[in-house]
Amino acid sequence: MDVLACIKRVPDTGAKIVLTDDNQNIDASNLGFTMSPHEECAIEEAIQQVEEHGGTSTVLTLGPEEATEQLRTGLAMQVDEATLLQTEGEEWSPRSTANAIADAVRGDNGEIDHDLLLFGNESADTANYQVGVRVARELGLPCVAGIKTLDVEDGTAIAKREVSGGEEVYEVELPAVITVKEGINEPRYASMRAKMQARRQEVPAKTPEHREGPGAFEKVRLEAPEEDDSDAEILGEGPDAVPNVLEVLRDDVEVI
Amino acid sequence: MVLALVEQEQGEPAETSLETLSFARELAADTDTDLAAVVFGEEASGTAGTLGEHGVSTVHHVTHDRLDGYAPQAWGESVAQLVETIDPGALLAPGSDRGHEVLSHAGATLDLPIAANCTTAEVQGATVDEQAAAVADGGTASDSGSSGAGAEWQVTRHRWGGSLVEHARLDAETKLVTAAEHEHPIEPAAEALEPAVESFEPSLDDSQFRVQVTRLEESDVEGVPLGEARVVVSGGRGVGSAEDFDQLEELADLLGGALGASRAAVNEGWRAHDDQIGLTGAKISPDIYIPCGISGAVQHMVGCKGAANILAINTDPEAAIMQKADYAVLGDLHEVVPALNEALRDEQ
Repeated sequence: MDVLACIKRVPDTGAKIVLTDDNQNIDASNLGFTMSPHEECAIEEAIQQVEEHGGTSTVLTLGPEEATEQLRTGLAMQVDEATLLQTEGEEWSPRSTANAIADAVRGDNGEIDHDLLLFGNESADTANYQVGVRVARELGLPCVAGIKTLDVEDGTAIAKREVSGGEEVYEVELPAVITVKEGINEPRYASMRAKMQARRQEVPAKTPEHREGPGAFEKVRLEAPEEDDSDAEILGEGPDAVPNVLEVLRDDVEVI
Repeated sequence: MVLALVEQEQGEPAETSLETLSFARELAADTDTDLAAVVFGEEASGTAGTLGEHGVSTVHHVTHDRLDGYAPQAWGESVAQLVETIDPGALLAPGSDRGHEVLSHAGATLDLPIAANCTTAEVQGATVDEQAAAVADGGTASDSGSSGAGAEWQVTRHRWGGSLVEHARLDAETKLVTAAEHEHPIEPAAEALEPAVESFEPSLDDSQFRVQVTRLEESDVEGVPLGEARVVVSGGRGVGSAEDFDQLEELADLLGGALGASRAAVNEGWRAHDDQIGLTGAKISPDIYIPCGISGAVQHMVGCKGAANILAINTDPEAAIMQKADYAVLGDLHEVVPALNEALRDEQ
């Protein structure tokens, strides 16, 4: 079974997000980069499914040349292959991203190269919640979103989604697209040796075609909302604070 | 017309759908048009009264002999066909799992962009207030320079779980929008309507039913779910071990609340991922949130920004959580929490 995990390079934000002077992006000059947590789980799931069923695992991203770093994270986790759909670093819409991924997956012969295509449910930064669904629709494949448990048996994916009061169960024939949420598995840490090996592994880059459709949804600028950064009211130090805490719980919040 | 997707929960419109209706009703007023709802399921026809109270003038009830359960693509396709039939200026959906999924399918069918998790929308630069002023001056909203829903919209939406705001322009024949959760207070319309209920039968084939809920497995987890709890106690790296969460669990029990954890604590294996609060975990909105030994990274705080009050227990006065919290106890949670538990037991 061949499994694809699609990921996105995003800044590794800390306690406060700072914007660039033109308010177009996060100022990442002092930040490292990572991938969305859901997608780290998509990679782990691809590895586990291939470990169980055989086949090839592939990690793919659409992004600038620097996104090779995140693909190598996947390789170091023991994904077999990596593909970069290389852009100039500008933001691609969910639709153009999905079209480019669908083009890459379809291959030159028009056949879909993978049995299972995994995505994060939504990216950490733009969170458009669409790329997986749009890829599926572009390829004519079924899609289930927001999955936290996945088993594959005899070419059928049994996927579960958390809902209020329990889990919805879906049974979907492969090939299929599944978008996953963190918690579906525990992503492994790559060993130092695997990281060294991943650094030498070849990562082929393709130039994707930018295909939009009718209508437009475009970023104008970003804004860091004003936050109340006033210090908290200190109720005391150590156990001595307990009477004041009780007072807050009883009189201010009225939960006791 | 503005069309809104309304989900049902136990025979009533879901809360996030009512939030969406508040947002949609504002946009309908802005563009001087009516508000309609699209609903699925047998029990949905019983919700027309409630929808009317929220300003809905027409309820489109999707009926199809194979649509007895949730089927994401079939729902999205049905909504897309309804859009093609009644040609609304905008289609709104709640920013829920299903809302995003159904709208994504509808967007794929209609080949239109989607503005996800929106907090505001203005029609061609005119704010809601300016539109209202224009109406008060004797004009209608559509006289004030906009051509209604057909004009370009300026929207704001969440990025990074709401820790950043994106200002964006949305220009499409039908505007597809999801409403960010907990951002649009539920308000009944000033005047209740008695909506007409029209049934809509979409044309669907097998391929749209490849994905559908085959069964529901009920959860055996007891206690209050995180998302619904009035009190949430949670622990982070500062807790130090899985065993030390016992004290926090007792505190949560004594307060009739739920226990959560930061991503750091989950990564350490001290708590299950289901307990995680944050960008990739649960979003909570309790009366009071009590984070213990949690530093307050952006990714955590977006999960608890719905909390009315935050009371932090932390040893570090410089921790980011100290700026985000309303109240704080400076000290070691391993000393403070047992003392608090004892005092609460004495109270009972």
